[in-house]
Amino acid sequence: MSKILSMRNFRTSTLGAALLLVTAYASPSFAAGEAVEIPRQEWTFSGMTGYFDKAQLRRGYQVYQNVCAVCHGMRQLYYRNLSEPGGPEFSDARVKDIASQAQVTDGPDDNGEMFTRSGTPADKFVLPYPNEKAAAAAMGGAVPPDLSLMAKARAPAHAHAWYTEPYFWMVDIVTGYQEGGADYLYALLTGYADEPPAGIDVLPGLYYNEAFPGHQIAMPSPLADGFITYEDGTEETVANYSKDVTAFMMWAAEPKLEERKKMGLTVMIYLGIFAILMYLSKRALWRKVPH
Amino acid sequence: MAHQSTYEPKTAFTRWMDSRLPVIRMAYDNLLDFPTPRNLNYMWTFGGILAFCLFVQIVTGIVLAMHYAADTSVAFDSIEHLMRNVNYGWLIRYTHAVGASMFFFAVYLHIFRGLYYGSYKPPREILWILGVLIFLAMMATAFMGYSLVWGQMSFWAVTVITNLFSSLDSVVSGLGTGIVQWIWGGFAVNDATLNRLFSLHYLLPFVIAGLVGLHIWALHVTGNNNPTGVPLRDPKTEALPFHPYFTAKDGFAIAVFGLIFAYFVFYMPNYLGHADNYVEANPLQTPPHIVPEWYFLPFYAILRAIPSKLGGVIAMFGAIVVLFFIPWLDTARERSTRYRPIYKYFFWLLVVTCLALGYLGAKPPEGGYLVAGRIFTAYYFIHFLIVMPVIGIIETPKSRPQSIADSILGGGNSSQPAVAAAEKR
Ligand code: HEC
Ligand code: HEM
Repeated sequence: MSKILSMRNFRTSTLGAALLLVTAYASPSFAAGEAVEIPRQEWTFSGMTGYFDKAQLRRGYQVYQNVCAVCHGMRQLYYRNLSEPGGPEFSDARVKDIASQAQVTDGPDDNGEMFTRSGTPADKFVLPYPNEKAAAAAMGGAVPPDLSLMAKARAPAHAHAWYTEPYFWMVDIVTGYQEGGADYLYALLTGYADEPPAGIDVLPGLYYNEAFPGHQIAMPSPLADGFITYEDGTEETVANYSKDVTAFMMWAAEPKLEERKKMGLTVMIYLGIFAILMYLSKRALWRKVPH
Repeated sequence: MAHQSTYEPKTAFTRWMDSRLPVIRMAYDNLLDFPTPRNLNYMWTFGGILAFCLFVQIVTGIVLAMHYAADTSVAFDSIEHLMRNVNYGWLIRYTHAVGASMFFFAVYLHIFRGLYYGSYKPPREILWILGVLIFLAMMATAFMGYSLVWGQMSFWAVTVITNLFSSLDSVVSGLGTGIVQWIWGGFAVNDATLNRLFSLHYLLPFVIAGLVGLHIWALHVTGNNNPTGVPLRDPKTEALPFHPYFTAKDGFAIAVFGLIFAYFVFYMPNYLGHADNYVEANPLQTPPHIVPEWYFLPFYAILRAIPSKLGGVIAMFGAIVVLFFIPWLDTARERSTRYRPIYKYFFWLLVVTCLALGYLGAKPPEGGYLVAGRIFTAYYFIHFLIVMPVIGIIETPKSRPQSIADSILGGGNSSQPAVAAAEKR
């Protein structure tokens, strides 16, 4: 056990990162590295008219709350966010109910004592562990990272040949591709294999995962078909759970996405008209003078 | 080309002002009436665009600072709080973050415009040097601003870059380490470091604004260069007042630039940033790749191309310092690259070199990437130190219009061998 423990500690330590650096330096010239090509998914929130599917966010919350929240917190979120526009838009009553099921530490009261009370919509999400040390101790050294910004905190590397890379950047810019994080999360959650491919030794306490860099992750496969009961008739598969909880994480990371994209369209149209007017006045002025 | 003031105060108040503090006259002469060559192309709109960028950064920055807390324990969360709980906080923050990239995009085009048309050549040396100073101050500002986010990339970029000074240890033992610890205000990047970075990040934009003032002052003493590089002779036929002709043209350019700006702010606000910066700084965990923002990549590539740490630092700063000397390194008689049949190719080679260095700066310095990085780094310096002086001497310029008026009116008789034109100058 102590061996596993120290192994896990090692993974998250600076030394581990240094090892990563060394292996990266030693890889052959012009190799695109060990980057796994992460397949792109269809998301309602992609593109210029992107929006969140409320039903999907609600299912995603259900998955998060029932599975992931056991290990992962979302410290940037308040319960009230769950009823705000552009999110899952649960009813106020439902959010009150959700919040009240959480036990919040508050205080000090008039006697100087800390006390627990049930949560309200104005409270932040209650975290599974009081601090990282507690999480590491409970998880045998690996800290489950906070998920509030996870969908923006990961970006899959392109695995293209170097001379085609600029082309793919241009395509991404023109198509407005911003869903790399979500694509990665989906690939991660659906990337567990019952058996690692032949020849790969998975270290004790780690699990094989297709999408995770290095393929060995300390998180056991969190999902299984039929694990959670959906009320809206959506099929209860790992793929659907993963997709829904990923959409939920995207919303958690970018709760103003809908507002942003809607406003963007107005701004772009306004600026477009302004540019045309400026061009016409410039032309009218300059037509009279040789230049 | 410092032009005669044509301002005439028309009311009692403006006459009273004019004999006491002629600011209205100054604004009129510089912003409205200034004679500007008619033949400027759209590459000359980037000056106005840059002023717009500075304005946007200062306005959004001041609002950001109202919500930002320069304390390592809450800095990261204070920005998230702004993004989530403050009305339009996300708009302010994304505009500022994307704005920094747009600012550099514009400044790079502005600099290459100057290089192509020889805008650094006499009498515009000071104007050019002020520009390089602005560029330097912008880099310092952006570097410090990026650190304020206090994400993983912020923290490690500060650690790596400030640590560069420790290379001075190989000159005087202990000197480098001493400087680094002085910069940090401790033995590692810490709260004291963050606070000084914030203070300076707030200060430097106003230093830039001051430098911009001097830059425009110098511009209005020498007047604009133009695509032919031929000096303005007759303002009546060759120039137009800045307003309304160039305010309209610059306004159009700013609107188009604004469209690109808005596209990034509203649809790809994080594309130009780094995902790791959405992970809060953790001094115990080094990210696998420490990569600076895109606009620093060419310099980062130069830093890593040199095998010795001190050498790399010298090369990186040298890459900027060399820009100060360009007015004296370029020996050509002709300003504009348009009329330089040999140099033309080298100019575009320099552009390719800078793009390639930018690409390589994002790659691990190994194998083919490292070799390519060294070749392009070498050419970067060769271009300024050898190509510019030598080509200027051996090249025979193509014939070019004798005056701006000629170039505007076109026609076969307008061309003269450059030698003859140069004699007339
Ligand atoms: C049994 C506890 C546990 C549960 C339940 C759990 N996780 Fe994890 N998770 C972890 C641990 C531990 C890590 C750290 C893994 C590592 O660093 O190797 C992790 C890491 C992650 C990561 C980061 C991967 C990366 O790229 O670094 C994501 C994303 C994630 N979990 C999502 C989820 C989601 C979504 C759920 C719910 C469906 C979930 N987790 C359920 C323990 C858990
Ligand atoms: C020359 C102009 C400026 C440049 C190039 C610049 C650049 C930057 C950059 C690159 C960042 C990090 C962006 C991010 O990823 O979030 C940043 C952040 C910040 N800047 Fe500036 N800035 C400028 C002017 C200002 C001014 C004038 C102020 C205040 C008066 C300011 C205040 C801030 C604050 C508080 C942050 C941290 C919040 C954040 O990251 O969004 N900036 N700046």
